[in-house]
Amino acid sequence: MQKYSFTTAMIASMILLTALAQLGVINQYLQSVIMLMGINIILCSSLNLVNGYMGEFSCGHGGFMCVGAYASSIVTVLLFSKNQILGAPLLPGSMALIAFPLALAAGAAAAAVAGLIVAIPSFKTRGDYLAIITLAANYMVISAIDNMEIIGGPRGFMGMNATVHAMEAILDVPWMLIWVIIGTIFSVWLLRRFVTSTLGKGVPAICQDEIAAEIMSVDTNRMKLIAFMLSSGLAGLAGGLFAHMLGYVNPHSFDIMKSTEVMVMVYLGGMGSLSGATLSAVLFTVLLEVLRPLEIWKWVVIPLLLILLMQFRPEGIMGNKELSDLFPKLRKYYSFK
Amino acid sequence: MAADANPQGKVSPVEIFQHIFNALQFGSFYALIALGYTLVYGVLRLINFAHGDIFMVGAYIAYFVATALLVGGASGLNLDPAVALAITVPLTMILTSLVGVTLERTMYRPLRRKGADRLYVVITALMAGLMLENGNLALLGASRKLFPDMIDKVVWTFGSVSVTNLKVIVVVVSIAVFLLLEFIVTKTKIGMAMRGISYDKFAIPLMGIPLDTIIVFTFVLGSSMAGLAGILFAMNYPILEPYMGALIGWKAFIAAVVGGIGDIRGAIVGGFLLGFIEIGVVAVFPSTLRDLFAFSILLAILWLKPTGLFGVAQTTKI
Amino acid sequence: MSLLEVKGLTRRFGGLIAVNDFNIELGEHELVALIGPNGAGKTTVFNLISGFYQPSEGSVTIKGKDTKGLRPHQVTSLGVARTFQGIRLWGEMNVLDNIRVSQHSNLGYSLLDSFLRTKRYCKREKQIEDTAWELLEAMDLKDYAFEVPRNLPYGLQRRVEIARAMSLKPSLLLLDEPAAGLNSSDVEGLIKLVRWIYDTYPVTIWMIEHQMKVVMSLCTRIKVVDFGTTIADGSPHEIQANPAVIKAYLGDDTI
Repeated sequence: MQKYSFTTAMIASMILLTALAQLGVINQYLQSVIMLMGINIILCSSLNLVNGYMGEFSCGHGGFMCVGAYASSIVTVLLFSKNQILGAPLLPGSMALIAFPLALAAGAAAAAVAGLIVAIPSFKTRGDYLAIITLAANYMVISAIDNMEIIGGPRGFMGMNATVHAMEAILDVPWMLIWVIIGTIFSVWLLRRFVTSTLGKGVPAICQDEIAAEIMSVDTNRMKLIAFMLSSGLAGLAGGLFAHMLGYVNPHSFDIMKSTEVMVMVYLGGMGSLSGATLSAVLFTVLLEVLRPLEIWKWVVIPLLLILLMQFRPEGIMGNKELSDLFPKLRKYYSFK
Repeated sequence: MAADANPQGKVSPVEIFQHIFNALQFGSFYALIALGYTLVYGVLRLINFAHGDIFMVGAYIAYFVATALLVGGASGLNLDPAVALAITVPLTMILTSLVGVTLERTMYRPLRRKGADRLYVVITALMAGLMLENGNLALLGASRKLFPDMIDKVVWTFGSVSVTNLKVIVVVVSIAVFLLLEFIVTKTKIGMAMRGISYDKFAIPLMGIPLDTIIVFTFVLGSSMAGLAGILFAMNYPILEPYMGALIGWKAFIAAVVGGIGDIRGAIVGGFLLGFIEIGVVAVFPSTLRDLFAFSILLAILWLKPTGLFGVAQTTKI
Repeated sequence: MSLLEVKGLTRRFGGLIAVNDFNIELGEHELVALIGPNGAGKTTVFNLISGFYQPSEGSVTIKGKDTKGLRPHQVTSLGVARTFQGIRLWGEMNVLDNIRVSQHSNLGYSLLDSFLRTKRYCKREKQIEDTAWELLEAMDLKDYAFEVPRNLPYGLQRRVEIARAMSLKPSLLLLDEPAAGLNSSDVEGLIKLVRWIYDTYPVTIWMIEHQMKVVMSLCTRIKVVDFGTTIADGSPHEIQANPAVIKAYLGDDTI
C-alpha cells in the first residue's frame, strides 16, 4: 500500500486543486500562479538534465520553449480558430479535448527536433563553445519567427483561446489548470524514470569523466542526443502550455531573459537534483510574485541573490542530493533514486 | 547606415566601397568589445558575461560626463564641445575600467580565492550583467538618453558614397588601439605575463609580477576598451538605452569565439568578420534577417572549426 | 583466429613518433606485460587499441574485426576493457553505480523501455545490478558499494576500477600501471587479485607495469618498448638476460 501512497497523494492533490479552482476558492490569479509554477517546474527540471546532470552550459532554453509554444499554438489555431492562414477552423470544437494533447505533443516534438541544433555540435565540443551555440540558437529561433509575417512576426500570435473555450464547452472545468498539472507530473515522471535507470546514469558519467564513459562502453553521442532532445522537447511542452494559458505568444518573451530565468532556477535548486529543481521552481515562482511590487528592481534583487548564492552556497539548495537524502523516512513512500 | 541594394539587385563597385567602410566601422565596435572578452578569457579562462553591459555602462558614463561638462551642464564649466570631448574620452575609459575592476575584486576574486568551480564565476558574471542592465533601468527609468553632439558632423561624398568623419574616427581610433594593444602585449613585461598566464599561472609570479596585478591590469585594459567603444558608439548612434549592451555584447562574444577565444588577433578578426557579415547580409537581404544570417554563418564557422579561426585545439592526454 | 592482432601500428603526433611499427598477437587466456621507460609509448598503444586514438598507420584487429574508424565504446563492445594510469572513476557516483554504468554495452533495453519500465527493463536492470554485486562480493568491495570513490583509499579505488572493467565481461583486459601509487601490502593484494581474475575468468590480461615484482610474478610473456619501438619480446627469463633491455631499461624494482 505504501508503494502507491505517493501516486494516490499526487492524484488526490490534483483533484483537490481542480475542485478548489472550479468552486472559485482559488481565484484566477492564484490559478495562474499555480500554472506558472507547473510550467517553471517543467522548464527547470528539463534544463537541469542538460546543465545539471550533464554539466553543460546551455543558455538558450527559451528558444526551445518558443518553438513548442508556436508549434502547438499554430496547430490548435488552425484546428479550432478562425485564422489568417487557412480561414475557418478545420475541426469542430467537440474534438478539442482529443486534439489539444496531440497539439502539445506536436509542439514538444518540434522542440525536440530543434534540440538537434545543439545536440549535434555537442558531440564534438563542450563547455564555452557549446554555450555560444545554445545562445545563438535562441536568437535564431526568435529572429526566424520575427521574419515570419504569416504567424504575426514580432507582433505575436493569438487565437489559442478558442481551443480552451472549446474544451470548456465540452465540460466546464478549469482545463488549462488540469493540463498544466498533468504536464508537470508527466515531465517530472519521465525525467525521474530516465535519470534513475542505468541508461540515464550515462549522462552524469559523461559529466564527470567523458573519456572514461566513452571507453567504458557508454555511447556518448547517443546519450547527448537523448539528453538534449528530451530537455528541449519538455521545454517545448512547457511552451505549449504557457501559450495556451496566456492565449497569446510573442517571440520576444522567450529571449535570453527567459533563458536566464530558467538558469537561475536550476542553479538555485542545485544541479543534478530533481527534487531540487522542482522545489526551486516553486520557490522562484513565489519569489517572483512576492517581489512583484518591486517591479524592475525584482531583476536587480534576483541576480544579486544568485551572486550571493554563488559566494556562499554555490551548490544550490539541494546540491546534488534528492529529498530522500535529507528526509530518509520518505524513502518508505517513494524511491527517489 | 547600410545602403540597401539598388533596384536592379546589382551592387556597383562604389557601393561596395561604401559597404566595406560601413563594415569596418561597425566591426570596430565588435572588435573593441570582443577584445575585452578575449583578454579576460585568455588570462582567467572566464567568459565575463558582464562585459557587454560594461560597454553599456561606458556609454552612459560618457553621457553623464559629457552633459555635465558641456554648456548648461551640472559642472557649470560650460566647456566647448571639443574640449569636453578631450576630457570625456579618457575620463570615461578610466571610470569604466573602475567598474570592471570593482566587479573583479568584489565578485570574481573571492571565488578565485576559494578555488571555486569556473562555472560559479561564469554564473556570477551573468548575474552581474543582469544587475547592471536592470539597475540602470530601475535607477534611470525607461526613457532613453540622447547623447549630445560633440563633434560637428562632416560628410564627405564620393559619387553615391558618403563617409562621415565620425565613422572615420571610429575606424582610425580602433586601429590605433589595436596597435597599442599589440605593443603592450608583445613588448611590455606585464603584457607578456598576461600571455604567459594562460599557459602556466604558477610560473608567472616568478617574473616578479603578482598574479592579482596582472588580472587587474587585464580588466583595466578590457574595460577601458569597452568604455572607448561605448563613447564611440554613443557619438555615432546617440540614443542610449539600458539593454543596448546585451545584444552587442553577446554578438561580440560570439565573434571573439569564432576568431578563437583567448587570441587577440582572433578577437579583432572575429569582430570585423561579424561587421562584414552583417553589412553584407543587409546589403542583399531584408534587414530583419540580419541577425539570423549572422548567427547562422558564425555557427557554421564554429562547426567547421570548433576552436575558432585562430584557436588551437587542445588535445587531452589520458 | 587470435584475440588481438596488431600489425604495424604507428602513431605520430606532428613530428613526434609515439608508437613505431608495433606488432603483437595475443591469444585466449594469456598474461602478458608491456614494459619500457617512461614516455616509451606504452599508454599510447593502449589508447590506440581501445579506440581512443586512431592509428597513423597499421591495424588493430580484435576477434577478427578491424577496429578502424570505430569509436571507443564500439571497440569496448568487441570485448576489450581497460583501466587507466590515473584512476578515472566517476567521482560523484557511488561504487555500485560506477559498476552499473560501465555495463552500457549490455543494456539490452531501449529508451522507451526505461520510460515505461517494461518487463524487459526490469529484468535487465536486475541482471545489471546482480552482476555488479557479484563482482563487488568477489573482489571484497561489498562494504563500499554506496561510498563515493574519493572517500576510499587509493588501493580500494584501484580495485573498483578493475571491478568496473570486469563488469563488461571482457575477453581482453588492459591494465595501465595497476600498481602505480600502491603501497607494498596493496601491491601484494593486487598480485593476488590479478591472479584470481586470471584463474576465474576466461580473460587475457595485458598490463603495463613498472614494478618488476608484479610483472615477474604474474606474466608469462613480456614485451619491451622504448621510444615507441619494440626492443624485446619473450619470457621473463629471456627478458631479464636481454642486453638491449638491460641497456635501455633495467626497471626500478622499487616497492
